[in-house]
Amino acid sequence: MTAVEVTGLRVDLGGARILDDVDLIVEGGEWVTVIGPNGAGKSTLLRAIGGRLRFAGSIALFGTPAARLRRRERARLVATVAQTPVVPPGMSVLDYVLLGRTPYIPPLGRESVADLEVVHDVLAGLDLTRFAGRELETLSGGERQRAFLARALAQGATLLLLDEPTSALDIGHQQEVLELVDALRRDRGLTVLATMHDLSIAGEYADRLVLLADGRVAAAGSPREVLTQELLARHYRARVRVVDGDHGPLVVPVRPGPVASGLRSEATREGGT
Amino acid sequence: MPAVPAQPARLKLRWLAAGLAAVVVATLAGLAVGAVPLPPGSVAAELLNLLPGVRLDSGLTPQEIAILTELRLPRVVLGLLVGAMLALAGGCYQGVFRNPLADPYLLGVAAGAGLGAVVAIALRGTAGGDETVGLPATVPVAAFAGALGAVALSYAVGTAGRRDRGPATLVLAGVAVTAFFTSISTYVLQRNVDTIREVYSWILGRLATAGWHDVLLLLPYAVVTAAVVLLHGRELDVLSVGDEEAAGLGLHPQRSRYILLAAASLGTAAAVAVSGLIAFVGLIVPHVVRMLAGTSYRSVLPLSMLFGGAFLALADVAARTAAAPSEIPIGVITAFFGAPFFVLVLRTARRGAG
Repeated sequence: MTAVEVTGLRVDLGGARILDDVDLIVEGGEWVTVIGPNGAGKSTLLRAIGGRLRFAGSIALFGTPAARLRRRERARLVATVAQTPVVPPGMSVLDYVLLGRTPYIPPLGRESVADLEVVHDVLAGLDLTRFAGRELETLSGGERQRAFLARALAQGATLLLLDEPTSALDIGHQQEVLELVDALRRDRGLTVLATMHDLSIAGEYADRLVLLADGRVAAAGSPREVLTQELLARHYRARVRVVDGDHGPLVVPVRPGPVASGLRSEATREGGT
Repeated sequence: MPAVPAQPARLKLRWLAAGLAAVVVATLAGLAVGAVPLPPGSVAAELLNLLPGVRLDSGLTPQEIAILTELRLPRVVLGLLVGAMLALAGGCYQGVFRNPLADPYLLGVAAGAGLGAVVAIALRGTAGGDETVGLPATVPVAAFAGALGAVALSYAVGTAGRRDRGPATLVLAGVAVTAFFTSISTYVLQRNVDTIREVYSWILGRLATAGWHDVLLLLPYAVVTAAVVLLHGRELDVLSVGDEEAAGLGLHPQRSRYILLAAASLGTAAAVAVSGLIAFVGLIVPHVVRMLAGTSYRSVLPLSMLFGGAFLALADVAARTAAAPSEIPIGVITAFFGAPFFVLVLRTARRGAG
């Protein structure tokens, strides 16, 4: 089943057109990552799909036009991890993850035992049980990112929107979080739509990439089709070398201009050992 | 040691008991202490006599019983209600605006009530200028109308024009409305300098003329406000992750915010109408509660009501005994004792956390 179908999407913010005539299809169970230079409209695309801002055009979620979904219904289908989620002072990890059950709790009601069970399952699955009573603020970056994910998973939604899920993490924690997302995707049959800046990592984890530039889709397809020196040079104005990796192309930035002689000899020595 | 599974933040029984105990202590103190001291045991017995079917011998004379039920009891109950309303509204505002400095006067309640009171006092002029008469009976009504008018104006200004305006616009509108209403008050006051003393005593807050009449005036609004705000405790917790996230979780943040602010403003306006502008309670009590019993609004709101009520009733005891036979304005007491107490709690809580 098609999880997301975006047709002719247009978003204006503060008088500027951020997205213009964007089409996008994400099949159920797929991992699609949106890449593009700063200001291309990646986060805006995710926010529009998550129902967080006004748009023109059409967005359908699992076959239903988003406009026809009530807020609570949509919250059961789509869960978002924002780029920098607000960390409420003094709130425990358990309480934070429990907020994810909001779409199932009647207005002015309270969470049920079943809600609590779901949350404890999610915490166990993400190896967060020992942090449940800790204040969210006191967690490290990697642990916090897992707590954000846990809240999204507690929502029980099958579509996960991840806006720069690893931008605040070191390279080891980036891999840890993305491997976790990938495992969850397989175990729970989730669909993942993410935005990312690191192109190599984007290509390694996604089934398909969508390159946004100036609010339009500049390219879409497999990582091998999108991560080409030519496309990246044109839209990022970046000088890169694309090399083959085990899980997709790896993008290595290279400094423009002639190589300084001292650096070259060092590089040669290192290459030789 | 086996790990105890973490529990979600709820209203803890021991804090609820502590809050109720504070209310009981404050009530007994408020009834026993005064120009005619009454033994707390007799006061407690006489209180139980108010319950149907209870007949205890308190050992009090009929005059003492009259002092108790007609003078002190309404005053204590009013103190409890006003304190509870201000602290509840303060906690609610802080949650809605996600700002620890928000107080229930943020959207112009104080300035509006002030203008209403000033106009009511000035219109009466000095015609009945007998000190013992106190403030004109029209003051609560005028203050209530002024308070609601100011909040309504803040809403109208803060939400006009483009949709999707954030809470900051509302706060700025409140600032503008406050300045506007204050300027009119100042002008009216300046034209009627003979009323300054009365107006000033109203501004500093008072429970002095409290009778059952004032309690009945406040009670229905207090009930509505408490019911609406307490029911929204969980929603305030959800709002603490920000509007966008809350919307992603299925909430209507704007709608919740308006309902909560309307309810809190209604309670504040009613409290201010009967007691004047009592500073500090709405700002400080929710903070103290938060530091002691956790940050979830499901415990902050009910505990703020209990401790806010107890705090104000005790402050009133100090207000009428510290400089007896004359009274100190209760707003002076709340700030004088509240500020150092707050610093103490702040230091203790920090040390406990670190």
